[in-house]
Amino acid sequence: MAFSIYDFSSFTQSIHQLLSGVMSPAWVLVSELVLVGLVFLMFYALLGLALVYLERRVCAFIQNRLGPNRVGPQGIFQTIADLIKLLFKEIFIIKNADKFLFNLAPFIVIIASMMAIGALPFAKGLHAMDFNIGVFYILAVTSLGVVGILLAGWSSNSKYSLLGAMRSGAQIISYELSVGLSMLAIIIFSGSMQLSVIVESQANGWWIFKGHIPAFISFVIFLIAATAETNRGPFDLAEAESELTAGFHTEYSGIRFAFFFLAEYMNMFLAAALATTLFLGGWMPLHFGVDTQFNHIMDFVPPVVWFFGKTFFVIYIIMLFKWTFPRLRIDQLLTLEWKYLLPINLFNIVLIAFLVMMGWHF
Amino acid sequence: MNAFFNYFSEIGRGVKTLLKGMQITNGYFFKPREIVTQKYPENRATLKMFDQFKGEVIMPHDDNNQHRCTGCGICENNCPNGSIQILTKKETNAEGKAVRIVDKHIYHLSMCTFCGLCIKTCPSDAITWGQTFEHAVFDRSKLTKVLNKPGSTIKKEVKG
Amino acid sequence: MVEKAEVILGENEQYVINMGPQHPSTHGVLRFELSLKGEIVDKVVPHCGYIHRGIEKMCEANTYQQIIHLTDRMDYLSAHPNNEAVSLLVEKALGIEVPERVKVIRTMLSELGRLGSHQLWWAAFGMDLGALTTFFYGLRDREKILDIFEESFGSRLLHSYICPGGLMNDIHPNFKTRVKELIPYLRKKLPEYDQLLTGNVIFTERSKNIGIMTKEDAISYGITGPSGRGSGFACDVRKAEPYSAYDRVDFKEILMTEGDTFARYQVRILEMYESIKILEQLVDQIPDGDYTVKMKPIIKLPEGEYYQRVETARGELGVYAVSTGEKFPDRMRFRTPNFSNLFIIDKLARGHKIADLVAISGSLDLVIPDIDR
Repeated sequence: MAFSIYDFSSFTQSIHQLLSGVMSPAWVLVSELVLVGLVFLMFYALLGLALVYLERRVCAFIQNRLGPNRVGPQGIFQTIADLIKLLFKEIFIIKNADKFLFNLAPFIVIIASMMAIGALPFAKGLHAMDFNIGVFYILAVTSLGVVGILLAGWSSNSKYSLLGAMRSGAQIISYELSVGLSMLAIIIFSGSMQLSVIVESQANGWWIFKGHIPAFISFVIFLIAATAETNRGPFDLAEAESELTAGFHTEYSGIRFAFFFLAEYMNMFLAAALATTLFLGGWMPLHFGVDTQFNHIMDFVPPVVWFFGKTFFVIYIIMLFKWTFPRLRIDQLLTLEWKYLLPINLFNIVLIAFLVMMGWHF
Repeated sequence: MNAFFNYFSEIGRGVKTLLKGMQITNGYFFKPREIVTQKYPENRATLKMFDQFKGEVIMPHDDNNQHRCTGCGICENNCPNGSIQILTKKETNAEGKAVRIVDKHIYHLSMCTFCGLCIKTCPSDAITWGQTFEHAVFDRSKLTKVLNKPGSTIKKEVKG
Repeated sequence: MVEKAEVILGENEQYVINMGPQHPSTHGVLRFELSLKGEIVDKVVPHCGYIHRGIEKMCEANTYQQIIHLTDRMDYLSAHPNNEAVSLLVEKALGIEVPERVKVIRTMLSELGRLGSHQLWWAAFGMDLGALTTFFYGLRDREKILDIFEESFGSRLLHSYICPGGLMNDIHPNFKTRVKELIPYLRKKLPEYDQLLTGNVIFTERSKNIGIMTKEDAISYGITGPSGRGSGFACDVRKAEPYSAYDRVDFKEILMTEGDTFARYQVRILEMYESIKILEQLVDQIPDGDYTVKMKPIIKLPEGEYYQRVETARGELGVYAVSTGEKFPDRMRFRTPNFSNLFIIDKLARGHKIADLVAISGSLDLVIPDIDR
């Protein structure tokens, strides 16, 4: 293949062989796990900070402001300064709060989002866990996060928090369906639940182009539902700043609050990355036709750049949602899901199944 | 069947309005020229307040350290909340007559509501608005100012 | 959901939430005591008085000139009409006719203030509903108006500019050109407001048929201003009892009959266009002349009772003064629009959700210092 120069599997293979040469297979496994864990921890923290900075800059430009521009050149160290501030702040546990659950909740939220990141294919061979049920795994793991939110609301001993948590519960349970069904569309197209196979199946064109209008509808529904699932505006009912002050994390302070905050942004990244992987071809470069000059030029852009470029494009769209639309009310939120998204989605899946059966997709 | 079409036209109309809104925000994102933020401490040199800006009450002095205040106390009487205190003293002038002159024109910036009555009612136009606005200090007592400079005298042309 | 809540909490126990005094959507130190059934508001009890400063009592120890700067601090978003109310009262009592120039300038300032106030309201209302960007667009455009104010009389919010007998000082020479620049700018930017928020399907769903106020309600609760006009209650003082230069300008009194949150929103948006229209008519007709009439240093109103009302951006402001012939008023009373507008919230919000309560209180456009005085 043309882009084999950017293949990471030989690189990871060489590390594996190097380690195997010096220690027993059990130790190789352990050290590889530690290595991957450390890399992901670093990646997670840095990306979270970058995303917070990015969001603040993007919303500032949308609102005719400059945004953070004081700490470092163009303010790029602003979020690091904020993180240091949050680290130094007192961790406040309010009276009569359920201490164990109160402390546990932020960790559940952050672990859920972190586990899902591991299954993403960033480039060929740059893939921590390549399950044959990757899509299913991500769906399962991300829905764990709501447990943390519910626990946070319940254990805070605050009425606002409880209201926020209950809203979040209703929201995530219903939008989980739409996310799952719109993913199912791509699973039907590609015939696999393995994320690497799904990406490979888009080598000759992304599913959003290959799948005609039904794939596009799935993409739009996925974007809406994923925005709702990450509790971001206009679906940020669980936080609902103007109604519930801060919703489920009203009573959290310091680094615990930062966990919720980081998890929100990483969930956004996850949603965007999944949209990229499933609909926009993952790390596959943009190709038109077969074997043209344009395609060869595109092949020289590394797949990691393609992946992050597309992901950040989707993230920009999700941010634009947040900074443009008013918040939905809880009953409108459920109406949107059960009366609009779900029926359309079900019909769409039947259509896609028909398309695939007749072989009408490219 | 009609309900069926209504359902889809409703969705279509809704999506259209949402896209119109996004057109605005997206448009501004790509128009950095429209940014209105002022970079305050950096633009200090170029930042000029309007000449009628109510920053604080000042008493202009000329080169000979002379002001126009006669110490009549009209500004003190007109101030709604006692931000101005005037201490006067007797002094014999060149002609040997005892006249009342202002000793200290005390202005409490911390209490001032910037209503402008003192400046409007001053019969000899001794006080006016200053355009400074960086009033933050670490000690409250620094906000109590004596407007007439030490050793200053009244201008000759002002009638007491 | 409702029945279940009753089972858990029992018949007399309610899920009571304190919304405020520190809450992002009460725009100040207002406190709502909410009884909830799940998400649904069962009862709203507004508690006011957190920013009570006793302005009416303070007026009894201040001369009429000094009262002006206290009225600024009631409804800080429409300081000009507040100042104008007291000034008109004094002028009426003394039988002073102010110069034409003063009348025209006063009218223009009131309309500029109304524009700025409605822009800030639009900004905050969008934010109440979760559209955070509206806040900055509204404030960005309001800044242009504040710049005009700052240039002419030195302050952006608490002007103390209109005084008994005229104005504190003459307007800045740039005033005319700046207003002329402002009009096309706003004509360009106001349609963006509609595009961003008014037409938005989420916004219309959130605001239509929410908090319906009938005309009878509006009259019996004394709701004035855009909130009352949204229910078809023709209560514009500028039309009913023209003061300053309102008798010679051509403008429409915006009336809506729906009475819901969206109608109140629509009234304010259309009023902004009307204000621009008034400014356009007056900007070239500022006559030359004095900016004030010569007043005695100490104003003593003749013995008696006086009442004057003006239209602020939020409704009808009435000033009532009792004078015993002294330099201080014996009694001063302000009938502030927000105080009357607040207490209908219980009636409007019952049976709606918390999110709707935020929308309703936003659509009433409450300024808390004006409620508490």
